[in-house]
Amino acid sequence: MLGRLSCLSSALALATGVATPASAYMVYVSNEKDNTVTVVDSETMEVVQTIEVGQRPRGITISHDGKLIYLCASDDDTIEIIDTATNQIVGSLPSGPDPELFVLSPDGGTLYVANEDDNLVTVIDLDSKSVVAEIPVGVEPEGMGISPDGKAMVNTSETTNMAHFIDTATNEITHNVLVDSRPRFAEFKPDNSEVWVSAEIGGTVSVIDNESREIKQKISFEIPGLRSEAIQPVGVRITADGKKAYVALGPANRVAVVNTETYEVEKYVLVGQRVWQLAFTPDQKTIISTNGVSNDITFIDVATDEPVQSVTVGALPWGVVVSPQ
Amino acid sequence: MMSPLESDIRVSDNRGKRLGFGLGNYLICFYGIVFREALRFLNQRERFISSLVRPLLWLFVFAAGFRQVLGVSIIPPYKTYVLYEVYITPGLCGMILLFSGMQSSLSMVYDREMGSMRTLLVSPFPRWFLLVSKLLAGVAVSILQVYVFLAVAWFWGVKPPAIGYLFILPALFLAGVMLCSLGMLLSSLIKQLENFAGVMNFVIFPMYFASSALYPLWRIQEASPLLHKICLANPFTYAVELVRFALYGQVDWRSLVVVVGCSLLFLGGAIFAYDPSKGLLSRRRDGGGNS
Repeated sequence: MLGRLSCLSSALALATGVATPASAYMVYVSNEKDNTVTVVDSETMEVVQTIEVGQRPRGITISHDGKLIYLCASDDDTIEIIDTATNQIVGSLPSGPDPELFVLSPDGGTLYVANEDDNLVTVIDLDSKSVVAEIPVGVEPEGMGISPDGKAMVNTSETTNMAHFIDTATNEITHNVLVDSRPRFAEFKPDNSEVWVSAEIGGTVSVIDNESREIKQKISFEIPGLRSEAIQPVGVRITADGKKAYVALGPANRVAVVNTETYEVEKYVLVGQRVWQLAFTPDQKTIISTNGVSNDITFIDVATDEPVQSVTVGALPWGVVVSPQ
Repeated sequence: MMSPLESDIRVSDNRGKRLGFGLGNYLICFYGIVFREALRFLNQRERFISSLVRPLLWLFVFAAGFRQVLGVSIIPPYKTYVLYEVYITPGLCGMILLFSGMQSSLSMVYDREMGSMRTLLVSPFPRWFLLVSKLLAGVAVSILQVYVFLAVAWFWGVKPPAIGYLFILPALFLAGVMLCSLGMLLSSLIKQLENFAGVMNFVIFPMYFASSALYPLWRIQEASPLLHKICLANPFTYAVELVRFALYGQVDWRSLVVVVGCSLLFLGGAIFAYDPSKGLLSRRRDGGGNS
């Protein structure tokens, strides 16, 4: 009832035009444990609404026009579609079992989904809402990254410890690169030159050359006073200008800021507990981290790399995405 | 029977009233007291350095050891997670003010034993003015110490917003006045210099540890509700919280009210205690105490 009331009040606010200033973006956070998506205003840094969704929501992304949110409801074996105008679930996609993380193609027409339990990457055409291909990959696929030109896609498999390069034209694996233990996430550099793959147990980020498809650099992390086992890199994001990379370090409760030219860690930003995924605001002024154990998200100023504010969301926040407008 | 000191003071007090001093005269007197305190400060550099070493040790050693153990959750004025050393910095500012306030009380006892207090108190100016001047001189020195400490802390990674360094000044002043007044009140009760160790054990340490200087109050409440109540009754908690909020450009009104109230109470008490006709000083002397 309360949810409906808040939904109604935000709809009223939208209708009367007293909603948010132009520079405000909506931040959508998937809460793995309490089956909700929390909507946070990036300007006021306050929770606007909580949306009830399917079971165990994890991977979350948004259409390029900002109208639809795609959400992996892992335990419901489906991908839910949320209309951002009403914040209501308006449909679903056939994802295959246990979808965990996905990536949207640069043209916005295709969704590549990692099916953790089935060792598959499912390719979904968004226009027809149908599966167009299933690509067998390593054991426990998770991380998904796509090149800026959309020609190559990378999937990481947690147990096989590999980054699989997939040609999106043929939907076939072209290269397999062995990385450190339990790779979690893959992120292409905006200039298409490198792919950064985080390894949770290995505690490293492997930088793979996109030409040769070989590891050119391994970044490790060291935080005084912390055991190395506590440093578990997960989410990775690279700024649009390609100069800085942000790496979420899991139970180290820090986000590492890495210089992408020297591969040196410039700073460790203190955030909440078990930091998992990251997302930039479209203006690239802020990066937001989800902190699973402390049930909050932290806004980090990109210019100063200082944490600005932490906001409590639902239970076990996992993924985060920011509206493009 | 009136002691020679008291008769001197009575005469000078009456003379002061009769002469009706102007603002200029008061300023000269104030300047004299502050200048003496500044001289003492300059000549005792060890004291200055040692008063800095104490909080810095807490910052470098104690806080470093605890930074991973004590997860400090988000409590106002903090908007996000802070490292333990960031949390205890305002507490350590309070520590400087507390020790400095007590140190000035020690110097009052020392002055009394060495006879320089007689020189001060025979001045024709009102007693309250002399005590307040001495108190302000002590507060000024301790504020300087806090700023030097904050500068060192900045290089250690404790970087509050720039505006905080400005906002903290009135907070430090108020907290300093409260703690110095308390020291002054206590100094009237101490007979000998040696008794200062008692003040350390019975006043400074309990005040410091049973406050929000080292741990957030919610954490103390989790550990012991009784200790939490003691912390809430401790005026030093409010001094620390006033400084903490000010360092982040905010005002904690409850702390402000408590600190101002306690300052008036302690200062009034000190002026009363140092009044030769009715204060504790004369009462104790009548009882055959050391003078």
